[in-house]
Amino acid sequence: MIVELGHFALILAFCVALVQCVSPLLGLAVRDNRLLKIADASAPVLFVLIAYSFAALIYAHVVSDFSVANVFENSHSAKPLLYKISGVWGNHEGSMLLWVLILSLFGAAVWLFGRNLPLDLRAMVLAVQGAISATFVIFIVATSNPFLRIADAPAEGNGLNPILQDPALAIHPPLLYTGYVGFSMAFSFAIAALILGRVDSAWARWVRPWTLAAWIFLTLGIGVGSWWAYYTLGWGGWWFWDPVENASLMPWLTGTALLHSAIAMEKRDSLKAWTVLLAILTFSFSLLGTFLVRSGVLTSVHSFASDPARGVFILAIVSAFTAGGLALFAWRAAALSAGSPFSLVSRESSIVLNNLLLTASCGIVLIGTLYPLALEALTGDKISVGAPFFNSTVLWIFMPLLLAVCFGMFLAWKRGDLREAAHRLWPAAAAALIAGLAASLEGGAGWKTVLAMTLGTWVLAGSVWEVLWRAKFLSAPLSETARRIWNMRRSQLAATLGHIGLGVAVIGIAGASAWNTERLTVMKQKDSVELAGYTVTFKNVFERDGPNYAELAGAFELRRGDKLIETIIASKRRYDAPPQATTQAGIAPRPFGDVYVVLGNELEGGAFAVRMYYHPFVRWVWGGVLIMFIAGLVSLLDRRLRIGLPQRAAKTPLASAPAPAE
Amino acid sequence: MRMFSLFASATSSRGAFALNVTALIIGLLLALSFAPAFAVDPQEQLKDPKLEARAREISAGLRCLVCQNQSIDDSDAPLAKDLRLIVRQQLEKGSSNSQVIDYVVARYGEFVLLNPRLHLNTLILWLTPLLLIAGGIVLAARVVRRQPETRAAPPLTPEEQKELQSLLTPPGGAANS
Repeated sequence: MIVELGHFALILAFCVALVQCVSPLLGLAVRDNRLLKIADASAPVLFVLIAYSFAALIYAHVVSDFSVANVFENSHSAKPLLYKISGVWGNHEGSMLLWVLILSLFGAAVWLFGRNLPLDLRAMVLAVQGAISATFVIFIVATSNPFLRIADAPAEGNGLNPILQDPALAIHPPLLYTGYVGFSMAFSFAIAALILGRVDSAWARWVRPWTLAAWIFLTLGIGVGSWWAYYTLGWGGWWFWDPVENASLMPWLTGTALLHSAIAMEKRDSLKAWTVLLAILTFSFSLLGTFLVRSGVLTSVHSFASDPARGVFILAIVSAFTAGGLALFAWRAAALSAGSPFSLVSRESSIVLNNLLLTASCGIVLIGTLYPLALEALTGDKISVGAPFFNSTVLWIFMPLLLAVCFGMFLAWKRGDLREAAHRLWPAAAAALIAGLAASLEGGAGWKTVLAMTLGTWVLAGSVWEVLWRAKFLSAPLSETARRIWNMRRSQLAATLGHIGLGVAVIGIAGASAWNTERLTVMKQKDSVELAGYTVTFKNVFERDGPNYAELAGAFELRRGDKLIETIIASKRRYDAPPQATTQAGIAPRPFGDVYVVLGNELEGGAFAVRMYYHPFVRWVWGGVLIMFIAGLVSLLDRRLRIGLPQRAAKTPLASAPAPAE
Repeated sequence: MRMFSLFASATSSRGAFALNVTALIIGLLLALSFAPAFAVDPQEQLKDPKLEARAREISAGLRCLVCQNQSIDDSDAPLAKDLRLIVRQQLEKGSSNSQVIDYVVARYGEFVLLNPRLHLNTLILWLTPLLLIAGGIVLAARVVRRQPETRAAPPLTPEEQKELQSLLTPPGGAANS
């Protein structure tokens, strides 16, 4: 009954979403505010309905109700509780339901926090959200219904792919989807602004925190996915330019561009059309990502759970929203006023450059991802576009971008002075040159590594220096510097922190790609191998049982000199449902890199094939991502964003959350 | 597949699977195409470290044809192993890197290359990055140029300087300057 009610709630949600979409548009046409206000009432109702539906599916998974086809196909009674729950979004139907749940959550957030928005803007935003909800809910009900029953309920389920039974992969989809779907807010605001013909800095101030929230989650989601790949796939790779990864990278790139241009719009009232276009594009890329992953058009490392039959439906949704948004933009963008002027050398221009390079890199990722599909569909020729293509092309975009980051931070709004900025950046330049020199002296570094190390350090040092310089470091007493840093606006510090994260990640990417060492050996027990200054000794193998797998584990002692540092356990797991083996790498994090051990096959005479790696700097990659994530959080905590629109702020003095003003 | 033989004893002791054949086949296929990698076997490696390094470099650019977006260097599939051996055989014969790649492409087609070559059918792929940059610069230039100029005013002429000075200097304040 709970499951049937879940099914019913979902169908009801479709009807509510339809009302939410149509009534505000009608209200705008006949100028009736009562119709506009219907959207306010429907947004929370929609959320409650979908939340109930989602809860019902979780319930079916938790109690292992195998009469529900979705549970039978993806769950198993012996699965740990965490993976029974995460198994809900470990399959196509459930993950689409999660998608609309998050969408309706954002809609409810507009209703909850958006009381100080003008009624017509709020209603239009909710109408667009309603349109997106309606199409995706009907997609689920029509093609991907998770509530279908099986007449003769089987006694046991098929189980979840063991590779998905992992804590990082349990939280990866919700994080990623919150990012993807969060950009729907930017999209809805852009469409609403185009319909109403009104885009101002108050609009940007409202859009920015929501874009930021989406960006934070997407950043973290991509980071968690990459971290999972690193320790799961067994050779320490963390980015493969896999189409599914590209699908999440594209909205991240345009979303990052959007965050920057929204600043220009908020502060200087310029780059309006550009910002609106980026808002539309970013969500379009989120939809495209959903299409690529969910339609089964790609058969890639990540899409374990997709179905090609649904592809056409999602493609139609993606095309409709993208084409509709862009057409509306083409039609109405001219109505947006030009905004404040700025000169060629200015903070605004540097943001234009940032937008240009980020969007171009997104375009490269897009063509590289879709080209093989399009070529095969049109001509039948099969080609591959893999990591070497992306590495070589994106490199050329990112080099100037990294170079420009520091200049942008030192340029003034409206009109800047490039020579002065360069002059002020000397400590960053010095640090970058030293890092580049050090990298080139280290063996095995090609010019790309040296360049990336130089630029990564340049960004890192430049960002740190920017804060110090603004706080009059060296030109004022230390206490004055500390006071100035303390009093800096959060968003200012967040920008710096975000760029520090970028620098750290670039250094990590360069270092991890250039200097990892690998040892492929056959080891018997008590054998030792030297690896990057460490000694790894194969101690013994043992068998043990997990909750739903059996495991053969090898213990390896990690020593530096004679000192035992730790015992690394690397294992091979054997799952019964479904029958599949996984490799659990043993990883010892050390100050400058990871020692990574993989236990291979047993050979004659009790020997094992063992693969060992030393991955230097690899944690800097996720460290950088984590810093960017924290930077986003810090920026969200900026007081200005919490207060909301300026004219309302006077009525709600120092409110920590925008209280209802009416 | 080798992984399964390793666990044969563990499997039989754990009893029968409550699974249908399809699920089993899917499971096996998944395990095959996606077996958490144990790619290059120690036995495959060439004695000469320089040659081996070249083999690894070439392998990283060749696609494992039956896998999903994996290079033969990363893949555990039997076909990838065959390709790795072909690469190493060719290298031992004294072929250059590009000769080895040509040899593999002649047998397996362009699909094997992770970095597609510039052909008529990849022209758009390779031109797009250039067009994006060029188009972006033109667009950005238009956006920036459309801005009303706020360029710095030309420096003052000596006459204007003098006039400014006279305006700024309070009457009788000449002694201060």
